[in-house]
Amino acid sequence: MAAGAVRVTAYAALPALYLLHNDLWFWDDPNRFLGLPIGLTYHILFSAVVVLAMWRLVRVAWPGDVLDELAGEASDEGADP
Amino acid sequence: MTLTVIFAYLAAVLLIGVWSNRRLAATGEDFFVAGRTIGPFVLLMTLFGTHMTSFALLGASAESYRIGIGVFALMASSSALMVPIVFFFVGTRVWAVGRRLGLLTQVQFVRARWGSDGIGLLLFVVLVLLLLPYLLIGVMGGGVVLGQITDGAAPSWLGSLLVSGVVIGYVTSGGLRGTAWVNTFQTAMFMLLGAVTAVLIVTKLGGVGPALDRVAESRPELLVRGEAVHPLRLLSYTLIPLSVGTFPHIFAHWLSAKRAATFKAPIVLYPVCIAVVWIPSVLLGMFGNIDFPGLDGAASNSVLVRMIALYAPELLAGLLGAGVFAAIMSSLDSQSLSLGTMFTQDVVRHYRWGGDLDEARQVRLGRLFVVGVVATVFLLSLVAERSIFALSVWSFTGFASLLPVVVAALYWRRSTAAGAGAAILTVIALWTWFFVRGIGDADYSVGGTGVMPVAVVFAGSTLAMIVGSLLSSPPTPERVARFIP
Repeated sequence: MAAGAVRVTAYAALPALYLLHNDLWFWDDPNRFLGLPIGLTYHILFSAVVVLAMWRLVRVAWPGDVLDELAGEASDEGADP
Repeated sequence: MTLTVIFAYLAAVLLIGVWSNRRLAATGEDFFVAGRTIGPFVLLMTLFGTHMTSFALLGASAESYRIGIGVFALMASSSALMVPIVFFFVGTRVWAVGRRLGLLTQVQFVRARWGSDGIGLLLFVVLVLLLLPYLLIGVMGGGVVLGQITDGAAPSWLGSLLVSGVVIGYVTSGGLRGTAWVNTFQTAMFMLLGAVTAVLIVTKLGGVGPALDRVAESRPELLVRGEAVHPLRLLSYTLIPLSVGTFPHIFAHWLSAKRAATFKAPIVLYPVCIAVVWIPSVLLGMFGNIDFPGLDGAASNSVLVRMIALYAPELLAGLLGAGVFAAIMSSLDSQSLSLGTMFTQDVVRHYRWGGDLDEARQVRLGRLFVVGVVATVFLLSLVAERSIFALSVWSFTGFASLLPVVVAALYWRRSTAAGAGAAILTVIALWTWFFVRGIGDADYSVGGTGVMPVAVVFAGSTLAMIVGSLLSSPPTPERVARFIP
């Protein structure tokens, strides 16, 4: 996949996550999953998915050139979290 | 024993702050933004510690006590998503512009972007007014914790005084570097001790499953979102964490980063930190219904401290009390320093009161303002009587609704001072309108629809920014180029 397309998928994940945050499907579900109420477990797992999405975002869509230009300094690309 | 442990903790915090003074270069930039030298780990910890107030522990557990698991989706996982997004799109660019232009405050940022002194002054007033109640939350939280953990033996004013005094001590000593170092220590403390608290109390309750079973017997509605959280409330509440993009204290920490890549750790790991703190808070808040049913209003704010006092041995109760103090002070310090910075830079230095300010005088004035701000808030805490949570949401609503101004400054070439002014005035008008109607009602929504006021104020602010800008003359390309390449 081209670099531009990879970057687009990283950005596109953000509105998708925003929609997934509103989990109407578990709203009144009293069952438990992994030992906790399923509505709580869902949002804990959601937070874990956000970590992966952010890791991907800084890997493939880090605006290093723009930030370098704004800050007026040499590139700092390549530094990982 | 409990008080001894808390005093020992406060002494340790003071020592770290005073020790950081040895690195202080006694320049304005070093005192107010740590000379822009903070690395990834300290930036992550200090941003998180600064963002999480006593609200994350006391307010969150109180809300969970009242409405159950829905509080995690409302406040924790929404922040886990929105805060890193703001860091990525706003924080990094603010850092870059701030580094190049030598900025120290948001008001300087706005003045540099649009060249308007009046807009800067208007923003200054709004930020100070929104931040004061937020500071009050911290100082009052100190009083609640000490009063509860000593079973009323220590008056609440003493807790507030302790928190205020210690914060003044290390902030004036080490500036933002001292604050960042202390925050790193304090954030580690309240994350670790929060987890220890949860394990200890849940073990004594017989484990998570049996504790949930007992909650299900008396308050089954807490284990689902049900009617306690309206779907539109969840949707609109997601805007509240956008406030992180306009908090003056977060802005100062952004500017303190060593380089752009320093932001990568906070962007990726922020949701992990949120989970570590909020999962125990939400669970313990719900479990509070087992031993302390029927707490209303402000009394529910103390449910976590009551559980600590009931289940934890004295030594651990002291440590856990210290953990709550850590959460409180790690926000209060940055907030008071950011206000001190604003008064020094945006008022005294900008208007040249008393002539030119050399570096040493900037630092002296910054210290004086920190003392003045914290002392004022302490005095207010003696007479204020609102629930911690209610104050938080209204403060966050105002800050979140100012984000369109910052985003326009960084991404919209055509944005103007008139647009920014219109947006700020719209925030003032709408926020006041809703505040008058909604204060005192924790479940207030626009017309009873479930929509949080922040959605309307944010939309109004965005619209005003667009209309005001399009109706005024565009800024010069030279001015825009410093913010948008």
